[in-house]
Amino acid sequence: MAPQPPPAHHILTVIVENKAGVLARVSGLFARRGYNIFSLAVAPTDDERFSRITIVVDVESATLEQITKQLFKLINVVKITELHPDDSVVREMMMCTVRAEAGTRGQVIELVQVFQGRILDVGHDALTVELAGTPTKLDDFEDLMRAYGIIELQRTGRVALARLERQAPKLRSLGRVG
Amino acid sequence: MRLNGGQALIKSLEMEGVEVMFGLPGGAILPVYDPIIDSPIRHILVRHEQGAGHMAEGYAQATGRPGVAMVTSGPAATNIVTPLCDAMLDSIPIVVITGQVPTAAIGTDAFQECDTIGITRSITKHNELVTSAQDIPRVIREAFHIATTGRPGPVLVDVPKDIVDPRNPRSAMEWYWPDTVDLPGYKPTTRGHPRMIREAAKLIGQSTRPIIYAGGGIIRGDAADALYELATMLDIHVVTTLMGRGAFPDSHPLCLGMPGMHGNYTAVTSMQHADLLITLGARFDDRVTGKVAAFAPHAQVIHVDIDPAELGKVRKADVPIVGDVRLVIEELVKLIREQGDPRDTQPDRAAWKATLDGWREKHPIHYEQGWNEGDSLKPQFCVDMLRQNTPEDTILCAGVGQHQMWSSQIWRFDRPNSWVNSGGLGTMGFAVPAAVGAKVGQPTRTVWAVDGDGCFQMTAQELVTASSERIPIKVAILNNAYLGMVRQWQELFYEERYSEVYLSPDLPDYKMWAEAMGCVGMRVEHPEEVVPAIEKANSIDDRPVVIDFRVSSEEKVYPMVPAGASNDDIILGPEQGPGGH
Repeated sequence: MAPQPPPAHHILTVIVENKAGVLARVSGLFARRGYNIFSLAVAPTDDERFSRITIVVDVESATLEQITKQLFKLINVVKITELHPDDSVVREMMMCTVRAEAGTRGQVIELVQVFQGRILDVGHDALTVELAGTPTKLDDFEDLMRAYGIIELQRTGRVALARLERQAPKLRSLGRVG
Repeated sequence: MRLNGGQALIKSLEMEGVEVMFGLPGGAILPVYDPIIDSPIRHILVRHEQGAGHMAEGYAQATGRPGVAMVTSGPAATNIVTPLCDAMLDSIPIVVITGQVPTAAIGTDAFQECDTIGITRSITKHNELVTSAQDIPRVIREAFHIATTGRPGPVLVDVPKDIVDPRNPRSAMEWYWPDTVDLPGYKPTTRGHPRMIREAAKLIGQSTRPIIYAGGGIIRGDAADALYELATMLDIHVVTTLMGRGAFPDSHPLCLGMPGMHGNYTAVTSMQHADLLITLGARFDDRVTGKVAAFAPHAQVIHVDIDPAELGKVRKADVPIVGDVRLVIEELVKLIREQGDPRDTQPDRAAWKATLDGWREKHPIHYEQGWNEGDSLKPQFCVDMLRQNTPEDTILCAGVGQHQMWSSQIWRFDRPNSWVNSGGLGTMGFAVPAAVGAKVGQPTRTVWAVDGDGCFQMTAQELVTASSERIPIKVAILNNAYLGMVRQWQELFYEERYSEVYLSPDLPDYKMWAEAMGCVGMRVEHPEEVVPAIEKANSIDDRPVVIDFRVSSEEKVYPMVPAGASNDDIILGPEQGPGGH
């Protein structure tokens, strides 16, 4: 089998101690060593002692190895896992205020429904829409809304979890980082 | 037992076995200075906070135990930034305690407030702002644990004034001492992977041109004895990096000395021709590799390091081994022994050894001291005479520049923890305070600092500390009236256009300056005065000594691999010119 080209985006799930300044340590390390962060999402986990940081980076795999090793040197970093897109579920959420005057409002609402989004707020000539899904789905929706006029847009950055295991436990650890 | 935070901090240091600390008090750290009066810990009052940091480093490098410095907030914290970064790059275990403005004032741009944690985050192994007096013993315990285990390094603890000030109720705490540390994200791997160690033994057993590339990790990891056993058992030659000088005795026939930009021909070239680099606690620094793509092009690489991030960072390792270098070497020795007598199991390497011996004979480090009237004093001669006329167990400290390279090239280091210098950061002014720290840690050993005139002017004030604390270090200034290494680069690579490198031999008057600081000052201008001056300095044990050696400013450090060039393009001397060929 021919080797697969490395994915452009790498998703790192970093479990850190839930302490003041830890996010600054992580983001500072990326800045200091010249690694670019594509997106970053952070919140406490179910165990309040730890937070989960989902970082999307856009690097070659050799650099990725160095990033994970440098990250792991931070005392407050407990665990790092690389999530391969094929082995993970990835979601992102977006809120978007889009121009929707009387003539186009119906079309916008229709598209929101097609994408299974929700309308959060309705103004005189604009709508605020919530949409969650895969990053590609959000990209597509964003493209379509651009034609109507995007007034404001906020994406959360990706969050991801490993896919549940459907293989024998022995194969479980293969091909994973961390 | 009820204590205040300041008392708890000093008691925590006592619990960690701290005997000496270096520091200078000020507003925010004042409450912690009060309990020092009642503590058995010796406090050495420095004249500048940078001195405190370098002293802690010198102490740690000479003893293998963590060095401790304590200073106040704001400008004191920023003054100790350089030593922290220096200790980070050279993996030196130090714990630095800084005062901070009271918790309520943090973030308000209060007097002498700075974001010490933010500033030092990327130049410490770890740092921590203590937020409650009750946390002080735990944080200090963790700081020493982190500084001294795994890959050693600097740890900073920032202490707001309110939690140590007995007049503030927030400083009250109930004393305890934690038996263990709870750091879920910090578990350094010390045991090498057995399969990788078997792979390493296999590669060694196939190699006909192996070289052991030994770095500072051997010294930090207390692995010099293990390395000696490995090298002598296998009869494999060893190069010792700038940070690894003394990791393997220079007087042993298997020692090739220092590789790198100013390494000797044989050490540099042996790596270029090797078929295997057994890399032990070294990190393929750019000063060793030169142009990475052209470095050791025929060699497979075994790389042992306690820091996984070093493996594959610069050079891909064929056999990467994460672990404590001493434990890994011991396992390797055991494994190879089990396979039989190395004289039978190892391949014939006679041709390789003959090649190395030939290089050594043809291209030794050399200089010529002229003895005719009017001949200038050579800096290399001063270092050579110093080595020949000081006790075997002398600790040598150096600043950064030409004098450092000559010291490393010419000195014969026969034991670890005897060479104290600033390798990674290249901190000018390191020598004097580091020598003070080294002498405090090893009071029975002679401590010499070889310094440049440029370096000396950066931190000389710590000789006042040395005089007043009766710390009799000895300083040899190789005074060539220039920022010598910069001058060398301007001569070789900027067509002798000397820009801002001239310092003057007489301003300051080093002899008078030394005397003003309570030291014995001497000046040496002629070759025949060198040894008597050194002997006189060695005989003085009640105060520091400074010798101003007036040396030639034309001398350059050779060999030299120009920055960014391949190690194959090593320049052996001026006759080759800057291009090398």
